Amino acid sequence: MDNIKRKYSKKTISSFINYGIVIAFFLVLQILSVTGHLGSSMKGQLIPICSYIIMALSLNLVVGISGELSLGHAGFMSVGAFSGVVAASSLADAVPNGIIRLLIALMVGALFAGLAGMVIGIPVLRLQGDYLAIVTLAFGEIIKNVLNCLYVGADSKGLHFSLKDQQSLHMESSGKVILSGPMGALGITKLSTFFIGIVLIILVLFYIQNFVNSRPGRAIAAIRDNRIAAEACGIPVTKYKLMAFVTSAAMAGAAGALYALNYSTVVPKKFDFNTSILVLVFVVLGGIGNLRGSIIAATVLTILPELLREFQDYRMLVYAVVLILVMLITNNEKAMEYLRKTIKKLLKSKSEGRHTT
Amino acid sequence: MSNKDIKLVQLPSPNFVPERDRDKPLMLEVSHLGIDFGGLTAVNEFNIGISPTEIAGLIGPNGAGKTTVFNLLTKVYEPTRGTILLDGKDTHGMNTIQVNQAGIARTFQNIRLFDKLTVEDNVKIGLHNSIKYHMPTGVFRLPKYWREEKKAHERALELLSIFDMQDMAGYIAGSLPYGAQRRLEIVRALATGPKLLLLDEPAAGMNPSETSELMENIEKIRDEFKIAILLIEHDMNLVMGVCESIAVLNFGEIIAKGTPAEIQNNPKVIEAYLGADEESSN
Ligand SMILES: Nc1ncnc2c1ncn2[C@@H]1O[C@H](COP(=O)(O)OP(=O)(O)OP(=O)(O)O)[C@@H](O)[C@H]1O
Ligand SMILES: [Mg+2]
Repeated sequence: MDNIKRKYSKKTISSFINYGIVIAFFLVLQILSVTGHLGSSMKGQLIPICSYIIMALSLNLVVGISGELSLGHAGFMSVGAFSGVVAASSLADAVPNGIIRLLIALMVGALFAGLAGMVIGIPVLRLQGDYLAIVTLAFGEIIKNVLNCLYVGADSKGLHFSLKDQQSLHMESSGKVILSGPMGALGITKLSTFFIGIVLIILVLFYIQNFVNSRPGRAIAAIRDNRIAAEACGIPVTKYKLMAFVTSAAMAGAAGALYALNYSTVVPKKFDFNTSILVLVFVVLGGIGNLRGSIIAATVLTILPELLREFQDYRMLVYAVVLILVMLITNNEKAMEYLRKTIKKLLKSKSEGRHTT
Repeated sequence: MSNKDIKLVQLPSPNFVPERDRDKPLMLEVSHLGIDFGGLTAVNEFNIGISPTEIAGLIGPNGAGKTTVFNLLTKVYEPTRGTILLDGKDTHGMNTIQVNQAGIARTFQNIRLFDKLTVEDNVKIGLHNSIKYHMPTGVFRLPKYWREEKKAHERALELLSIFDMQDMAGYIAGSLPYGAQRRLEIVRALATGPKLLLLDEPAAGMNPSETSELMENIEKIRDEFKIAILLIEHDMNLVMGVCESIAVLNFGEIIAKGTPAEIQNNPKVIEAYLGADEESSN
């Protein structure tokens, strides 16, 4: 009995530590920013960091909690980014309030990415094996290519679509082009704010953490551990896999919209295979199934290239070496133990030092 | 009542059941069941009738097709031929999940627990379909979530207490000793609320004292849950001790059926086992 109680409260405490970390992260950066201690390049990184944290958290839902491999997470980000931009731009007159327009764009992005997740998930998640990896990989590429030739415009009659060129949109002369093929989205009004990004992270964390410790989350973990036994227990396997996958896709869509509405232009090429792999690297480095790890890895690895600017040409080399080192350390029990001990010692000597002075 | 003085009675159909169940419809009625794997006929002409509170045994040498029968009953494999009636209902066209929801639960010869989940969560997976709330209720922690989870928690401990395992509720299932893992699989299967429980070598890897405890518990489960149990087992003490009727399988076909006493003295059975013994000792 006692045992269980302790375990539950440990889970809850761990959840709250995660919220705490995110809020502390926000406060520290906000203070640095207000007091002028934050460089402009770092300031520019704040919203992308939020997006990547959400990307990593949502991919962890598929890879860590559901135990499936997805190689096209950037595809969902892309769907969310461009549908979000179209929503935000076309509603510019109807909804003058920027924050409300941003929230609508985030929801539209999540909705469309979720739908895309459903279209892929329904046929593929019925199969056993690594089909999801292959299909999501293809999906990422297909979405990129489709968006590369998608033209969208808006005029008083509504939205116009074309897969050919700008002229085929047949808009009124007052109409404006929102998506312009390989040039991507042009003239986006920057709506995203760091605050909304943080709120979104907290919501995603809230969702995943509560989900995992409830009936459907338990079922998903069971399916991951032993699919045959889960079926023998009467768990509708496909339904729950789909639930995790679609939710994850929708979250990636919201992250995409947040990301895109932070810039004045976004091109489809931004969300390619490399981005999918980058997010997967966040998840693997942070620890598969470890949400806090995902948050930290996404943050550190997004900032790192900026911090490494002084290495100039050797930047990517150092980046790679850091990656390898982190991978070696986090996957080695002895190294982790040593690290923990050293940190504890450091903290101790610090607090002791404080006491004596 | 010891099972030694159990009498089997002949039904109008070619089935024998314990006397007390003679007027009840069969819980499981399998006829002409068979499956081929490519050219290999693993099970053929398998017929069995099990009454609602019967403890039946399925024995036979290694590779006889016993586990395959379980896999057919639970639709891990689709039967090549034959029919399976569960409580009078044909399970044709059902999958593993639906068969479980219709009332068949099982354990596995090579244990299949949810290794990374706790003992309690393993049982709660068995309770999944009796926990009544959906995803939003869980995510937003509505009152119903707490009510249902509390109920599930109490029910899980209650079920674990059959095997005196309630103190292990917080342990990770994969870290349990072998015997406890086997018992947990039975608890998880029971949690799904079956009418028929299939146990595939429940005593494998258990020491003699664990095995005799298991024998008592199998009877206790039948009496408390009022369900039918079909078990596969190589431990003849257990089979002869708890089973009321026994079917013997050899090379995929039933070669004998009857009470423990009848089976023990059946020359065909003795031959099948001796033949198999010679083979395996080579
Ligand atoms: N999926 C499969 N594909 C091909 N052959 C199979 C398959 N499953 C079982 N068999 C074969 O069917 C036969 C019966 O196997 P089964 O596992 O049912 O035996 P068993 O009676 O449970 O034996 P044991 O006592 O060793 O558990 C064996 O010859 C086995 O190789
Ligand atoms: Mg077997």
